[in-house]
Amino acid sequence: MITLAHFVGLSFVVFTIGVVGVLVRRNLLTVLMSIELMLNAVNINLVAFSRQLGDLTGQVFSVFVIIVAAGEAAIGLAIVLSLYRLKSSANLEDAAEMRG
Amino acid sequence: MEPGLFFFWLFSAVVVVGAVGVVVMRQPIHSALFLLLSFLGVACLYVQARAELVAAVQVLVYAGGVMVLFLYTIMLVNVKRQRTERYLHRQAVPALGFGFLFLVVVGGVVVNEARALAGKAPAADPAALATTVLGSETVLGNTQAVGWVLYRDYLLPFEIASLFLLVAMIGAVVLGKRTMERFD
Repeated sequence: MITLAHFVGLSFVVFTIGVVGVLVRRNLLTVLMSIELMLNAVNINLVAFSRQLGDLTGQVFSVFVIIVAAGEAAIGLAIVLSLYRLKSSANLEDAAEMRG
Repeated sequence: MEPGLFFFWLFSAVVVVGAVGVVVMRQPIHSALFLLLSFLGVACLYVQARAELVAAVQVLVYAGGVMVLFLYTIMLVNVKRQRTERYLHRQAVPALGFGFLFLVVVGGVVVNEARALAGKAPAADPAALATTVLGSETVLGNTQAVGWVLYRDYLLPFEIASLFLLVAMIGAVVLGKRTMERFD
């Protein structure tokens, strides 16, 4: 039988992979993809608790998370494009002017 | 092994393989395709968790919309790189150590708590996710039930979300337009 712990464990594994992806990659596009992975992990959690408690609020919230993820992807990728036009590179380490 | 559990592990394996592929693949286009695999696996898990509407939205918005955005940006940005160029950040090794610690320590606690909670509150009747009682009548179907909760209890957040999408759209257009002018 699939329990809440199965879903929560899976969501935690995916979230950790997303965190590591944000930390280890140099390419801004891959970092954005890792953020999407983390949002997906949160959604798995919300749906799992909705299933456990028999309450639809979790599913409604996961729809809101998907809306925010779509907006985040649109803005983030527009920023990647702007950075590429400015630096001819999509690497995070090339955008380090703010370092003191 | 009962079939439900078998398919849960199958879809979980697909999701985790996709997620690992996103992080370890050198070319962003390969990462994007692994991300698509992961999204589709998550959609299958939603169907298993009786969240059919969220599964459909996941396929339409993520696998459809967000994926197309990523692929367009990769097409515009990606340049062929030498295979020798390093693709990991300088902090990669400490980050991997942190990730391992995070997974073992925090993940262990969280999963333990979830197991305890699942023991205390047994899983609700699956039919509860497809029905909502409205006065005297009961609606049927996950989509209709989610719709009622969304428009009845969460109308204000829903409207704010539409405003958010409008702002995001205008922002993306403005950010993209300035780069077009540089090419004129």
